[in-house]
Amino acid sequence: MHVHKYERWWMLFGTCMLVVFLTIIGVAAFLDNINPPSGMQRIDPTRVAQTPPFDSPGLHKRADGTYEAYYVAQVFSFTPATLTVPAGSRVTFYVTSSDVVHGFFIPNTAINMMAIPGWVNEQTHTFDRPGEYLLLCHEYCGIGHQNMFAKIEVR
Amino acid sequence: MASDAQLRRENRVVIAHVYTSTAAIALGAVFGVFQGFARTSVFGAPAWFDYYRILTLHGVLMALVFTTFFITGLSLFVTYRSIPRARSLTMGWFGWWLMVAGTAMAAVTILMGDATVLYTFYAPLKASPWFYVGATLLILGTWVVAFEIFENVAYFRRNNPGAVLPLVVFGAAATFLMWLIATLGVVAEMGLLIPWAFGWTKGIDVMLTRMFFWYFGHPLVYFWIMGAYLIWYNIIPTRYGGNTFSDALTRLTFIMLLLLSTPVGIHHEFMEPGISSGWKMLHTLTTYGVAIPSFITAFAIFASFELAALARGKRGFIATVASLPWNDPVFSGAGLGMILFIIGGFGGLVNASYSMDTLVHNTIWIVGHFHVTVGGPVALSFLGAAYWMIPRLTGRALWKPEWALFQTRLWFFGMLIMSFSMHFAGLLGAPRRTAEVGYMGAAAAQAWQPLMLLAAAGGFFLFASIITFAIVAIGTLVQNEKTEPMDAVFATPADAAAPTPGFLQHLYRWGAVAIVLAVLAYVGPLGELLRHPGYLAPGMRTW
Repeated sequence: MHVHKYERWWMLFGTCMLVVFLTIIGVAAFLDNINPPSGMQRIDPTRVAQTPPFDSPGLHKRADGTYEAYYVAQVFSFTPATLTVPAGSRVTFYVTSSDVVHGFFIPNTAINMMAIPGWVNEQTHTFDRPGEYLLLCHEYCGIGHQNMFAKIEVR
Repeated sequence: MASDAQLRRENRVVIAHVYTSTAAIALGAVFGVFQGFARTSVFGAPAWFDYYRILTLHGVLMALVFTTFFITGLSLFVTYRSIPRARSLTMGWFGWWLMVAGTAMAAVTILMGDATVLYTFYAPLKASPWFYVGATLLILGTWVVAFEIFENVAYFRRNNPGAVLPLVVFGAAATFLMWLIATLGVVAEMGLLIPWAFGWTKGIDVMLTRMFFWYFGHPLVYFWIMGAYLIWYNIIPTRYGGNTFSDALTRLTFIMLLLLSTPVGIHHEFMEPGISSGWKMLHTLTTYGVAIPSFITAFAIFASFELAALARGKRGFIATVASLPWNDPVFSGAGLGMILFIIGGFGGLVNASYSMDTLVHNTIWIVGHFHVTVGGPVALSFLGAAYWMIPRLTGRALWKPEWALFQTRLWFFGMLIMSFSMHFAGLLGAPRRTAEVGYMGAAAAQAWQPLMLLAAAGGFFLFASIITFAIVAIGTLVQNEKTEPMDAVFATPADAAAPTPGFLQHLYRWGAVAIVLAVLAYVGPLGELLRHPGYLAPGMRTW
């Protein structure tokens, strides 16, 4: 099969681009540990309110000074509806859903994950800048989906 | 060449498919323009307006009905015209009736408000079981069309031993072979959803349904793109007196798309629990691989432009581009679509990028991306190809070709404006699939509002464009008395004299390789889900 000389160069260029992109992603993943959320823990979606630690959603301080925040997503709200965290703190969010699929998204941060009934998803963020953050559901979950949001205050 | 009566009988089947498709895009655009304005803070939605029901209709009509009926119509057309024979049209009609019955069934459940689940119908949102049954019938109808095309391939090979399958039929057959493999995923998902929606099973494994859906959902996108490539490689060169750049490379492109379209779906599930990051990384890699046939296509298209320009004594980039027939609505549709595809391709690389997807996942950036791809190269090429097909199907010259040209340009500018504002608003954090994005005046939401207004304006241009299309399409049927010959000529490859390598002719062997690749890509993540069966969600109706 004859392949034109310029076409070979073009394919080489395209493949090199892809290799460069993949290298960047690989370095970010394996050296800087930047990975998408992949929570592997399961939970009975019909018994979320009785299952610790989701029986008391909210902020918990760990021994090492970082925080974990437990969230329950349900139609059409998040529990807790407001969360106050000290500026500069590193927070790991754990989220599950007790009914349908919801989204868990804080614009202007790197928190973006799906809340799936039957699973606990998790992601970590350090809140350097004080202010009021919007936490919103970004997956269609029903008639009141646009009203499903919460507040995070960083002081 | 088949007899005139025979041509007319074949044409009626194709007209049924193509006009169903264009009816879907026209209706879908009407719903779309309402959504655009409903999302703005200035206009908002009237109390009676059910945003999510309309959004479901818009998504189903555009993503599943418009595209699918057009590709079945186009593929039947190119197959019938390339392989003339005395043929039964039972399969073509049977496929169409199944698809129409399924579409009608799903549309009625949506209109009645019993299936406000959007076109992705994510469980455990629980729609009327007839919505899932209807969607399944639509898919089964496309399988009938697929087998009609494969039967014609077999007929050709039986009666022309040693001859190479015409390039355009090879492309159509590869497209439907890929589609057959990909739709197994959604049919498997329906196998879980239908008994559950009827109440025969008590719960649903949510992650399993999502994995089945996206096994199908991304190749769905490539099904559209292969339809557009079919037009770019085989029809568009005839508009500027050029040739398809290379027969062998075109076949290679379609084979690569057949192989690589399916093992990529998990890049839609990066933000989900239950799938280890290793599998997500693997699907990043394979998604990058499927960019390669598009690289080849970009080269082939420009090479074909340049060869045609050189033959007319035009040299250089500007002279080449200027020598193209931009005033021809058929070329204009595809040509402007190609420009939009460059933007779409860059955005796609971001979405597929494992960690970078965190910035844009489920924001309106994604909506901007798929509008500038399926609504750009795909829809514009299809509309342009409709202007090419309609005279060949009806024997009537296109009515108001200058309106047709205006339509493609209006669509291009409308799409540029709308997709730019959506991409940008998405980077600022505006979510997709949300009826209003004011969030009680939250500070973060303020920056999105002007962009929502701009997106609505773009949407209005798109709506006006599709109305123009409908006027030309209907006008050609009822108004125009001028006749035109119905013969369809496809572009010949520039390297037609060179023999097509044998390994590029084995359609079904490559299909078997495609199945192996799909199994390899999914055996890990699927096994991970199935090894420890999870909790089932009972499901509910939340609308």
